[in-house]
Amino acid sequence: MSRKLFTCNGGVHPEGHKDASSGTPIVILPLLPRYVVPLRQHIGAPARALVRAGDAVLRGQMIGAAEGYVSTAAHAPTSGRVVAVEPHEVPHPSGLTDLCVVIESDGLDQAVEFQPLDWRNLDPSALRNRIRDLGLAGLGGAVFPSFIKLNPEGAGIDTLILNGAECEPWITCDDRLMRERAAEILQGVAVMRHMLGAREVLIGIEDNKPEALAAMRAAAAADVEVVAVPTLYPTGGGKQLTYILTGRETPTGGRSTDVGVQVFNVGTAYALHRAVALGEPMLSRVVTVTGHVAAPGNYEARLGTPITDLLLAAGGALPGSIGKLVGGPMMGFDLEDNAAPLTKAVNCIIVKHSSLFPAKPAVLPCIRCGACARACPADLQPFEMYWFARAKDFGKAQSYDLFDCIECGCCSFVCPSHIPLVDFFRFAKSEIWERERHKHDADQARARHEFKEFRLEREKQEKAEKLAAKVAENKARDAAAAAGVAETAADPEAERKKAILQAALDRAKKAREGVTPRNTENLPPAVEKQISEIEARRAESGAAQPETDPPRAES
Amino acid sequence: MNGSPYILSENNSVTVVMLKVLAALIPGVIAQVWFFGPGILVSLSLCALFAIGFEAFILLMRGIPLKPFLSDGSVLLTACLLALAMPTLAPWWLYLVGVFFAVVVAKHLYGGLGQNLFNPAMVGYAALIVSFPVYMTQWAAPVGVAHVTPNLWEAFDLVFAGGGSISPDAYTSATVLDTWKTQVRQGLGAAEILGQPIFGRAGGRGQEIVALMYLGGGLLLVSNRLATWHIPFAFLAGIAATAGVLHLVEPARHAGPLFHLLSGGAMLGAFFIATDPVTAASTPLGKLIYAGLAGFLTVIIRAYGGYPDGVAFAVLLMNVAVPFIDAYTQPRVFGHKHGGKRGKP
Ligand code: SF4
Ligand code: SF4
Repeated sequence: MSRKLFTCNGGVHPEGHKDASSGTPIVILPLLPRYVVPLRQHIGAPARALVRAGDAVLRGQMIGAAEGYVSTAAHAPTSGRVVAVEPHEVPHPSGLTDLCVVIESDGLDQAVEFQPLDWRNLDPSALRNRIRDLGLAGLGGAVFPSFIKLNPEGAGIDTLILNGAECEPWITCDDRLMRERAAEILQGVAVMRHMLGAREVLIGIEDNKPEALAAMRAAAAADVEVVAVPTLYPTGGGKQLTYILTGRETPTGGRSTDVGVQVFNVGTAYALHRAVALGEPMLSRVVTVTGHVAAPGNYEARLGTPITDLLLAAGGALPGSIGKLVGGPMMGFDLEDNAAPLTKAVNCIIVKHSSLFPAKPAVLPCIRCGACARACPADLQPFEMYWFARAKDFGKAQSYDLFDCIECGCCSFVCPSHIPLVDFFRFAKSEIWERERHKHDADQARARHEFKEFRLEREKQEKAEKLAAKVAENKARDAAAAAGVAETAADPEAERKKAILQAALDRAKKAREGVTPRNTENLPPAVEKQISEIEARRAESGAAQPETDPPRAES
Repeated sequence: MNGSPYILSENNSVTVVMLKVLAALIPGVIAQVWFFGPGILVSLSLCALFAIGFEAFILLMRGIPLKPFLSDGSVLLTACLLALAMPTLAPWWLYLVGVFFAVVVAKHLYGGLGQNLFNPAMVGYAALIVSFPVYMTQWAAPVGVAHVTPNLWEAFDLVFAGGGSISPDAYTSATVLDTWKTQVRQGLGAAEILGQPIFGRAGGRGQEIVALMYLGGGLLLVSNRLATWHIPFAFLAGIAATAGVLHLVEPARHAGPLFHLLSGGAMLGAFFIATDPVTAASTPLGKLIYAGLAGFLTVIIRAYGGYPDGVAFAVLLMNVAVPFIDAYTQPRVFGHKHGGKRGKP
């Protein structure tokens, strides 16, 4: 097992705090009286609600259907009654609410009948559709619908990478899962490999997880290579892990599939195994609850579990806690409301205490020390981007490749002036997106205006033509009256209108289908949010906007 | 705007960085005391006091909170570098003027910490050498060459009262760079010049040891990642290469590389002055170009210019070119095909 590893530039060594939660086995949460299931737990368009208040549901019943291409389904976590389909707090950096199905449990936990999938013989496209309807999305935090990533068409994928790096401090859910359920994970990997036709399978695990490495090695078949990668944040970034294991650099704005690699999180492999072997939809996930709680550890909880209950299961927050984080401390975000439910995207809840998360010191001006640039895994010059972002010169910030920033936080982490660099980058990106949107709106308005002018002009012309035609017709009729010729042709105007309508519909359909999926494994939640907002906007406008990134300033 | 990351690297602040750089200067200062007497301690403290005074005054004037900015240590470093670049035992007001130019003009008139285009200590030095050339060439002579080496109290006396009992000739001398220049002009041979006791073994008696101490401290900085290797390496390489070529072409007029590396402000410049992050180039390639050219200019100014040392002017000249150098030497971003020109000019 001595694969040659490649070294990414940059990276940092934050304190791990993994021991806090990695020592105890995964605890399965008991049935709760109430679940709140968001219809959007993935990147892309929210699922379309299939139930209404008052409906009875069974465990595993689809309550939200995938809507559009980049979307996936949502399911009832237990049997009971839908009490509401309404906006509810969700764990999201924006702190906004989202449409959720609130289910009151009947305590019976009756399930629909699950049908295992014959994945070796099923038609690939049918298999993918089943996986979509089972609600599978990446559990590494980016929650990209799995069925899209499992489509090998045109991608030429030769390498499948399973991401078990888990480089963020505090989080240990993947670690525990690998220690305890290695065999099932590897069965999921076999399905992925089959679907993608990948020649090589690599499993990357940071070398601070010797037990997980051993367990995975013991369970792995001979043709699956379990590789220990050096512990260095952000090794678990999709592009970073791809480079470290294969030396292939994902091109800017592209996906790892562009270099023949597909990356999945270990949790996703485990879920895929359950999906095919048991026919079970994605109903639960393992989540780390750690920090200033009585019983830090990993909990297998149903999706929709209110975070309050999750915290209770971990013994509750200890006195003196100062809020909670969703995700890790490097890329996570503040949880606004404990009522928000567990979703597919939530891999960790950290209860903060001032001893673990001291107040940030005063910010000083940038001294151009370059520490941020040396720490940046994307080889960016954060202080230059900061300079321009602060001056609101977003074009210049973009010319320093702002959009290659993965918001990993390494630059802020090392800055001796304690500048919240990533905040500035998030701000700059959202401003640029906002401007693009305005521009897009303006373009559309202009187009509409021009079309109106054109239409008025055309109508005028048509009127004139009709008038002329009528005159001619009258003359002709007068002439032909004696011969008794009847006018029977179908109305050409109606035909034309129908054709135009059909063309427009086709265009809109194409545009919707043409939305390109991105490699969003391990994207920070802020980006996710922005992406999903864009997806939503696209869906609303029904217009094609094929770029993956907003257009860049020429550089 | 208060998002991730929620943790920061520990023991990391501008103050810590500056204090570590200051600590790396200590071996050089000790050697200086050993070979040239304790006068340097007087000028160091004086510059530090003046600098803190000016800084506090300006911060108050600009309505900037005193505590975080005064405690960042940057002004202390500027003051110490200026003191180390200046002759010791000069009258007190010379230090005051130097610090004024460094802190008030070069730093705060350009906007304060992080905003200045020119290296503050070198601006202070340049202003002095242009305005008071005589004072700036009277360096304390090394022990063994000087007739007297003033002790601490005598040094105080000299700085504040201007000597009195002791004549400057007794304890000062021209630097080796100066001596070389004048004596070559007088037509003396290289061997004859270098044979004088003040020239020591390679870069001037005492001076060469001080330079080696700066080298040691500087290497500590690099190994602790407070500076990257690029600037010191390129600066010294630029000096060595230029001096080497000149020496090969005209050995009678130009001293060899070792002499240039160990005399004057070369080592201090390489590790502590040219590396000032605010005013130096920031990209790896840019640093090599910036410092290599600064080293080259240092030797050229020493050889052909009218000033005793070239480090200050070389650094200041290259400071002007930094935005340009940076913009054209941007490193390749992950996933991109090429690096190169971006942003500014
Ligand atoms: S680490 Fe901070 S102070 Fe240093 S260059 Fe980057 S932004 Fe500036
Ligand atoms: S947050 Fe962006 S700029 Fe900062 S280190 Fe990460 S990729 Fe580089």
